[in-house]
Amino acid sequence: MTLAPASLVEQFQYGLDAPICLTWELTYACNLACVHCLSSSGRRDPGELSTAECKAVIDELHDLQVFYVNIGGGEPTVRSDFWELVDYATLRSVGVKFSTNGIRITADAARRLAGSDYVDVQISLDGATAAVNDAIRGAGSYDLALRAMTRLAEAGVRGFKISVVVTRENVAQLDAFKAIADRYDAQLRLTRLRPSGRGAQVWDQLHPSADQQRELYHWLLRHGDNVLTGDSFFHLAAYGEPLPGLNLCGAGRVVCLIDPVGHVYACPFAIHDEFLAGNVRESGGFTGVWRTSELFRELRRPQTGGACTACSAYDACRGGCMAAKFFTGLPLDGPDPECVRGFGEQALADPARTAPAPSGDHSHRGGPVMVTLSRRPPVAACNPDPLA
Amino acid sequence: MSDAFDLDAPWQVHPSVSIRPERFGALLYHFGTRKLTFLKSPQLLDVVTHLGAQPSARAAIAAAGADDDRFGAALATLAAAQMICPRAAS
Repeated sequence: MTLAPASLVEQFQYGLDAPICLTWELTYACNLACVHCLSSSGRRDPGELSTAECKAVIDELHDLQVFYVNIGGGEPTVRSDFWELVDYATLRSVGVKFSTNGIRITADAARRLAGSDYVDVQISLDGATAAVNDAIRGAGSYDLALRAMTRLAEAGVRGFKISVVVTRENVAQLDAFKAIADRYDAQLRLTRLRPSGRGAQVWDQLHPSADQQRELYHWLLRHGDNVLTGDSFFHLAAYGEPLPGLNLCGAGRVVCLIDPVGHVYACPFAIHDEFLAGNVRESGGFTGVWRTSELFRELRRPQTGGACTACSAYDACRGGCMAAKFFTGLPLDGPDPECVRGFGEQALADPARTAPAPSGDHSHRGGPVMVTLSRRPPVAACNPDPLA
Repeated sequence: MSDAFDLDAPWQVHPSVSIRPERFGALLYHFGTRKLTFLKSPQLLDVVTHLGAQPSARAAIAAAGADDDRFGAALATLAAAQMICPRAAS
């Protein structure tokens, strides 16, 4: 066999010399203002990496043999150098998977995507109906996403991804999402709602209930490899059967996040000073941060399961998601807030619990609700074009 | 799983596959299928890297100083995942 999960999980826990893949948020600018945005995006940050700085990062990823980057934002395609950077990455054999709400998927862009093996596109959709989707992502965002899917399908792009954050509101629509994916010859990708960024404010209302989690688990088992999860739901492995994937938290060990201003965080769900490892603008570049940051060294040391060690499911779930615990104010060596044995719920009920204050916010002024391009509030004077 | 794998045929790493050596062996990524696979030993990596220059998979295994049984099964798994593919005999 080529795969030996137990020993590999061990290897990965102590970290690799380079990430397997990483997430790179290219800009904080976004035409939408989704209520659960992990990066609290909206307005472009004046300190975002320049085209040349982005290319230097890509050069490093090439040298490190990072297979691909998951590009997101904000809305990455609104950067005027977006396609230039995509081309540069593929030229350097760094594959690109990018997430978009569809705003810039023109017929031309779709044709271009149809021609590349190295570029993969993910359209974000959080409801199988406009009503459910737009309540989360804003008015018109469902139509925007479906228009992009139609263009991709018409251009002959096969197997693009439809990326869904599973919530209390859409968990009943899993079959409907699958039907949409099948209709466009696309692949469904389900990910977990994290209490990160603006998601912290809506997590209590939107995260799936215990019953819904169990339903989701069985649905995932039924669909196996046909539905992607980005290893998102490994905390559900505690129900008994491991889900496809590594079932391991890879933060700072095999994955990380680069934000628009070059900050390197342990994982895409942990944009907070507490998980900041360094910046790609430092003299050692991204490689230096990955290999020498004190935070990453700490994450690669053997972790203790704390209160979870005594639980029979610990080997399966390994205590769940670090970011989910952190942003809900739970101890990092305790249960995940969505622990399937119910220990998370008990921990959340602790009156002494306090969730951490957010450490960065690029939300559109006036609140993260239903903002569209035409209604976008003005931005800082030094930054006349938030999408530049 | 291994019944279709021909040890005496010439094989190669699939042209869309990128190999990254690691302490435990290697990571393989297929840009076409977008699947990631792991080689769990440096010796298996050795076998895989010999494939393209040897007349058969069996010869590649021998060139890496390995034994057929274990590595034949591993190569069959890699072939099933399209990480390696048949090569026109030279």
